[in-house]
Amino acid sequence: MYDIESFCEATSVEDAIAKLQDQTDAEIISGGSDVLIKIREGKLAGVRLVSIHNIQSLKGVSMEDDGTIVIGPGTSFSHITANTLIQKHLPMLGYAVDQVGGPQIRNIGTIGGNVCNGVTSADSASSLFAYNAVLELKGPEGIRRVPIAEFYTGPGRTVRRHEEILTAIRIGRKDYEGYGGHYIKYGKRNAMEIATLGCACLVKLTSDKKSVEEMRIAYGVAAPTPVRCRKTEEMVCGRIVNEELFEKVGKAVLLEVNPRSSWRASREFRLQLVEELAKRAMSQAVINAGGEIDA
Amino acid sequence: MTKLHCVINDEPVTVDIPEDATLLMILRDVLHLTGTKEGCGEGDCGACTVLVNGKSVNSCLFPAVQAENCCIMTIEGVEKHPELARVQKAFVDYGAVQCGFCSPGMIMSTIALLDKIPHPTEAEIRRGLSGNICRCTGYQAMVDAVTALSEGKVT
Repeated sequence: MYDIESFCEATSVEDAIAKLQDQTDAEIISGGSDVLIKIREGKLAGVRLVSIHNIQSLKGVSMEDDGTIVIGPGTSFSHITANTLIQKHLPMLGYAVDQVGGPQIRNIGTIGGNVCNGVTSADSASSLFAYNAVLELKGPEGIRRVPIAEFYTGPGRTVRRHEEILTAIRIGRKDYEGYGGHYIKYGKRNAMEIATLGCACLVKLTSDKKSVEEMRIAYGVAAPTPVRCRKTEEMVCGRIVNEELFEKVGKAVLLEVNPRSSWRASREFRLQLVEELAKRAMSQAVINAGGEIDA
Repeated sequence: MTKLHCVINDEPVTVDIPEDATLLMILRDVLHLTGTKEGCGEGDCGACTVLVNGKSVNSCLFPAVQAENCCIMTIEGVEKHPELARVQKAFVDYGAVQCGFCSPGMIMSTIALLDKIPHPTEAEIRRGLSGNICRCTGYQAMVDAVTALSEGKVT
């Protein structure tokens, strides 16, 4: 038995918004793999739940005419990894969400829940930061679109208002086409683990495949929210790809992160990971972008 | 109380459930299908694994109301299907059972894995079973059992 006051199933996004307006203390439940654990731990004891689990319009992955990929927030992690659009255009995201928990959790957990939870350790977050995802929120006043870089406001906090529903995760063609990417999750185990640190890197190479045209690097657990390292990204623009560049990137990102010590790892260890994962993720991203690395 | 309509182990079921019930609780305490175990109760150990519409889920993290119109298979349903019952035989033949508490969940995860990847590599087997914790065996016996199954060595 869950310690809940009530559980009501919304039939549509509009219905969910109306129910959230009626119940100002209600929490949204989708897959439930985070919310139900919080309830069990007593953090949300006695909560009222509004379920968006059965809203079909929130599920699935599609592409719009201009190449924008639209991910339904209610789509499970395993569905995303197996989806052909994701495999073709956003392989780093498909791989990243395949690092969440274990198979059973990936069958019920949803990408929208992963994002709306607001935690820096979410496996999807750093990839979505690198892909410049735009989040579509629908509330009583209508729809607004928020770049993911402006979505997180602190640990467990986002700009989503109580009565708003995340209705789409959108990634434009210019943000994925021509890029090679790689995500690395560092944890003490290979499964059933929350990331000690996560690093997502996208690289677009010049036509001769020798230099960086554009690079994006994002971290989870390197700060209270997921972060992009934009100064480092600017620094590597136009540079020739070689080991020396990876070393420089590893040092440069250290100036743009602010990890904390927790029971999982110390700040010092996380800083070491920030540097090392930058080098490894970028070097693999270069290979995935069709480049070769001169020693 | 609300009415839940679903199919459990190939049989249609209609049952009254409280809206705060887990699927695990309905299976065990109401329907007396006690093969499915409760270990951690928070999605870490996999002892409560069942298949919902063919996908493995932790039934402790699955609100029973969300099973409406779903097809559920528990360990009790496995023996009805000779090809699936081979999984149980493989676990016995290869000594992949010690205390047995994790076995129902392990077997359901194995069925889900082999449905998705009929001939998995060792790495894929370990990953496929990574949501199930066993405190006895050290996992090698399960990997051997699943390997033998995928190679058709269990009859």
